[in-house]
Order: sequence, then structure tokens, then C-alpha cells
Amino acid sequence: MELLQHIGLEQNLLTIVLVSALPLVFILLYALVTLYLEMKVSAHIQDRLAYMRTGWHGVLQPFADILKLLQKEDTVPAAADRFLFKLAPFVVFAGTYAGFAAIPFSSAYIGSNINLGVFFIIAASSLVVIGILMGGWASNNKWSIFGAIRSAAQMVSYEIPTALAILIAVMITGSLNLQEVTQYQSGGIQNWVVFGGSLPLTQKLLILPFTLLTFFILFIASIAEVNRTPFDLPEAESELVQGFNTEYSGMRFAMFYLAEYANMFLVSAVAVSLFLGGWSSPFGEALSGPLWDLFWFVAKGMFLVFVQIWIRWTLPRLRVDQLMYTSWKVLTPFLFLCVFAVGLILVL
Amino acid sequence: MDQPKALPTNYVTQPDKIATSKGKTVRTEEMIINMGPQHPSTHGVLRLEIIVDGEIIVDAIPHIGYLHRCFEKHAEHMTNYQQVIPYADRMDYVASMNNDWAFALAIERMMKIEVPERVEYIRVIMAELQRIASHLVALGTYGIDAGAFTPFLYCFRDREEILDLFEMTCGARLLYNYIWVGGVSHDLPQGFIEQAKEFCTYFKPKIKEFNDLLTYNEIFIKRTAHVGVLPRDVAINYACSGPMLRGSGVHWDLRRDDPYSVYHKFEWEVQTGKGEVGTVGDCWDRHIVRVREMEQSVKIIEQALASIPEGNVQSAIPKRIRPEPGDIYVRTETPRGELGFYVISDGSGSPYRVKARGPAFVNLSVLPEISRGAMIADLTLIVGSVDIVLGEVDR
Repeated sequence: MELLQHIGLEQNLLTIVLVSALPLVFILLYALVTLYLEMKVSAHIQDRLAYMRTGWHGVLQPFADILKLLQKEDTVPAAADRFLFKLAPFVVFAGTYAGFAAIPFSSAYIGSNINLGVFFIIAASSLVVIGILMGGWASNNKWSIFGAIRSAAQMVSYEIPTALAILIAVMITGSLNLQEVTQYQSGGIQNWVVFGGSLPLTQKLLILPFTLLTFFILFIASIAEVNRTPFDLPEAESELVQGFNTEYSGMRFAMFYLAEYANMFLVSAVAVSLFLGGWSSPFGEALSGPLWDLFWFVAKGMFLVFVQIWIRWTLPRLRVDQLMYTSWKVLTPFLFLCVFAVGLILVL
Repeated sequence: MDQPKALPTNYVTQPDKIATSKGKTVRTEEMIINMGPQHPSTHGVLRLEIIVDGEIIVDAIPHIGYLHRCFEKHAEHMTNYQQVIPYADRMDYVASMNNDWAFALAIERMMKIEVPERVEYIRVIMAELQRIASHLVALGTYGIDAGAFTPFLYCFRDREEILDLFEMTCGARLLYNYIWVGGVSHDLPQGFIEQAKEFCTYFKPKIKEFNDLLTYNEIFIKRTAHVGVLPRDVAINYACSGPMLRGSGVHWDLRRDDPYSVYHKFEWEVQTGKGEVGTVGDCWDRHIVRVREMEQSVKIIEQALASIPEGNVQSAIPKRIRPEPGDIYVRTETPRGELGFYVISDGSGSPYRVKARGPAFVNLSVLPEISRGAMIADLTLIVGSVDIVLGEVDR
């Protein structure tokens, strides 16, 4: 809404709809880029070239892929629960998209500058679980059910470390509003929460190991939340034949994919906003301004997305019990330690 | 608390199958699911009927025969012994050279044909190159089973080099029909030895690269150690062979223990699983045995290339092969284990009966035994570690 006042537009229904569609435009553009990036990065990791024929170095291939998916027949299995089956991909996407509302893309643009920004994102992205469970259940396929149940267990477990890690950033910055969290970190790379925030030097040095650890744990937990390797059990191809989205085709399948890619950026955006200074420039006042802010935000987010892709094409997959073990017996205890330590240092 | 309802008589009552919630008793059921024949990690058209309790496997029953092509019956109806060899090629299509050799060896022993020294060397080189190629497929697809896609492509990149060598020798890249009764179809082409030596020097560091990427990866070890443990005695009782048997710590390799060809002239060692990261006989042990066998194969190839003699590549055999009436069983060590051919001859130009003893078929029979109690995710790894080729299981 600030943006509307900023550029002097009237606050009516049309402008609200237009402005709230901005993240959608961003997601679509970003999905195209990431689709290309994923294929190219994986190809170069694997000593291949990936597509080279459609346009310069195959840049047009994502468009071709999307056109292909659009043209495909939208099949629904005979024994499926038609209503839930058709609804599921949209629930998944809606959950992810809602999260983008509280993401500060730039100092001048945030969908909704609410006080409970982070809280809202955690809550909204929980909706994704319901969508996946819905899709798996409605497919009426035993493999899909396995995928869906695994996914539910996984996402619920990994919300605990995510929430705890976010709590640490909130303790340091003192706000749940991502715009304020980002402003707290502005003024250069040394003020980022991952490096201890803008605390006095002694406190900063004491807190540094814990914030670094927290950031890594948050990143691991976010990979688990978006169901990517090494935590891609819900769609484990070699075990579950794509898991919950086995029965989907065409546009609905593409919707799941779009949601997955959007979710990758969403978790990266949360990590960036909380720990890596959000839209603020790493060089203090230099190179800042609304458009530069957007650039820094997207660049940082894309870097984390790149790391996710990198990890995906390097590591094998965990087993479902090991996944739970990692969450409950490794990440969560470490984060409790971090919460305790950070609290103590902040009181000092 | 209510008593649980009477269970069907064929149902094995186990206390942990009764869950209670809010004063009600809920009986959980086992579920039967079909894995395959169209499943990405059954390595072909294997169908597994698995009975699961949640994610835990109660029983896994393999159903085979989707790729049955009547190999044995075909062999009886050929007009010529030589004509059986292309069919033997198609049994274990990942290791065709080894199949050819086993069948050719059976006929040669039957007819007491001495093959020239050069042929023996060529056969050893080809068989060991094929063993590396076959293990690369096994290890690469094993990575996919574990969820890592990248090692697969590295393995196939190196396998390409071997296939190039085969192509320059006999023109084929998968089904060679190269090893014939009494010799080989062509002599080694010019430049083969240099290129093969180059491959050996190229390949050795690649094994280390593969180990760094997959074998010693923490997640991979977690996934495969202590999983699908095949104890020594069970392995022997089920007549397992090859890396499956050696993974369980049994020193048994037909190249050494039932010697054929010129293997005794080379220095190499039989590799066995030692339970380095888990239990002896787990999936990781079978994996590492394959990796180390590749190193040994490179060693054998290097020695054979260095000392290959000159000479003919076909021994003087009658144009029409007619073994004396009688029977013979000849076994050789293929990448998957003991491949044996039992051939009965009635003195005519084609075999009276051929029975193939396929290693993958026998190794697969132990699958239900070692997969009980594992999880579904483990099952794909166990199937992968058995390294089946359905062409040979079903033949």
C-alpha cells in the first residue's frame, strides 16, 4: 500500500489487484530463468551440455517446455476424487504465493507491510502440506499416498527448526516485520544478522558462531521444506515414481512445478531477509536505491537457489527415518542451544 | 479399553499392529503394493509384489518372466553351434563378451580345442573391459537408486570409452558376437593396444573421483551400511555368486578357484566385503566390492596388454562343429557371478540341450530373504545391489 501512495495512485480495487499481481509476474519470470538454470547447472555438473538447439544455448527451451505442458491432455484417473484432485495443485501454489505477500523485494515494494510478516509466511506456507496431502490422497494411488504422507511428516517436522531459526533472527533484530528486519541490517555486510547484526563488537564476536550455525541450519531446513534433494522423499523418483504428483499431467503438473520453484525462492527470500541483509546493499550506502535494492534482493535469493540446485545434483537422498532423525535429534537440539546462547549474549 | 475385533485367521497377530486412539482400538493393515514391471528402479521389467506395514517391508516376492525369450529352446533349434553365440549375447546384455566366452568355452572344452595364446589374451582383455563397463552401469544406476543422479553420468562417460574400444574391434557397441568357438571374430585392430593403455591411465583416477562423489559420501554410507545384510551362510545356501557372494566375505572367484584361460598368469586379488562401514554383507560392501574389482580389472588389462603375444586369432577347427555325444558343464566368472552352460550334444550340428545357469537369476532368489524388515527406500537399494539384468534372469 505504501507503494501506491508512493507513486501517487488511488487505492481502488483495480490498482490493488494489479499491484498484488506483481509477485506473480516475478514468479513466472523467475520460474523460466530457474528452469533454464537448473537444466544448465545440472548439465555442467554432469559433464553434459543440456539443450543447445532452441535459441542461443537453448534459452528458448523453457518456453517450449511450458508450451508442451500447456498442450498436454489434462487427465484425471478414473478412480480419483475428481474435485480434490483438480484443486490440489492450486492449493499448493496458493500457499506459496501467499507467502510472497510479506516478502520485502525492495525498500519501496512489499506486498503487505504487516507486523507479523515472518509469522504470516510460516503460516501460509504450511498450506502447501495440505495441497500435497490432498493431491496424493485424491490420486488414489498407493505410491502417491506414500509420497503425500511422507511429505506431511517431513514438512511438519522441518517447520520446527525453521521456526526456531527464525526466532533467533527475530531475537537479534527485535521485529517480526521483514521490512524492519531488513532496515536493521542495512549499512553494509558487517551488519547482516548472519555476521552478528549491528551489535557492539564484543557481543558480535560472541554471537557470531551461533548466528552462522543458525543460518546453515535454516538453509538445510528450508531445503527440506521445499522437498528437494537430499530431502526429496515425497517425490523420490527411484522409490515412489514421483510420489504425490505421479498421476498429474499437463497444466496441473506444471502448477506443482511452478509451486516448487516459487517455494525455492520463497525460502531463500526468507533466509535472505532474515540473515543476509535482505534488499540492503552489501556496500553500505553505495549502490542503494529502490531498483538497486531489488537487484540485491533477487541476486542474493538467486544465489541461494543456485546453491539448492547445486546440492540437488550432488547428493544422494536420505531415508525417511534418517530424515526425521536429522530434524528432531540434530537440527532442533542445536537450535535450542543457539536460542539459549543468543538469548544469554543479548542479555549481557 | 475394548478388546480388538477378531482378526482373520490368516492374519498374524502382532501387538504393535493394534494402535489405540481416544479409547478406540484401530487395527492397522498390511498393504500389498506392486513395484514394477514399470518402475524406475527395478532395473528392467522385474515385478516385485511387496507387502508393507507402513513403510516396513513384511515380504517381497519377485515375479519374473517379462523378458523371457526362450534362449534355451532357441539354442536347440539352431543349425550350427556358432549361431547360438548371438543369442548368448542377448542374455546379459550389459556383459555380452562374458556370455559369449562362457558358451564358446563350453564347446571348446567339449571338443578339446586348444585356442591360440593370443586369443586367450584378447579374451581376457575383452572380458575385463566388459567387467569394468558392466560394473560402471551397476554402480551408476546404484547412485540413481540412492537418489544421486550425477555419478550415473560420470560412469556412462567412462563406459563410452570402453564401448569405443569394442566398436573399433568388432563394430558393435552392445551385442558383440566377437568371441567365437575356437577364437575371436577379428584380430585386434591397429592402435587398439595404445588406446586401451590410454584408457587404463585415464580410468584409474576416475575411480577415485567416483569414490569421493558417491562411495564415501556420508549420506550414501548412511543409506547402504547395515542395509540388506546378506550373511555368509545364507549367501552360500542360496548359491549366490559374484560380488553378491564376495560382498558377504566369501573368498570365491572362479577366475582363481576354477581357473580357465590365462588368468593365472596375472597378478590380481579377489576382493571381499569387510564390513568397513557397517556389517559384512551389507549393500555398501557389495558396492565397494564392485568398485575394487574395477581396479583389479584395470590391473589385469594392463598386464595383459603388456605381454600379449603375436599369433593367430582362430584355431584350426572343423567348418562344421559337431562335438562327440556327451555333456559338459562349464562355468565362468561374469561381472554378476557364476555363469555356467550345461550343454548336451547328440553328435549333430546343434546342441541337444542347453541349460544356462545365470548368476543374476540365482542372486535374485535371495532378495525376499534380505529385504524383510527393510523399508521401501531400502528395497530399491537392495535390488540395485543385487545388480540384476533382466535379460539374463528371464532369458
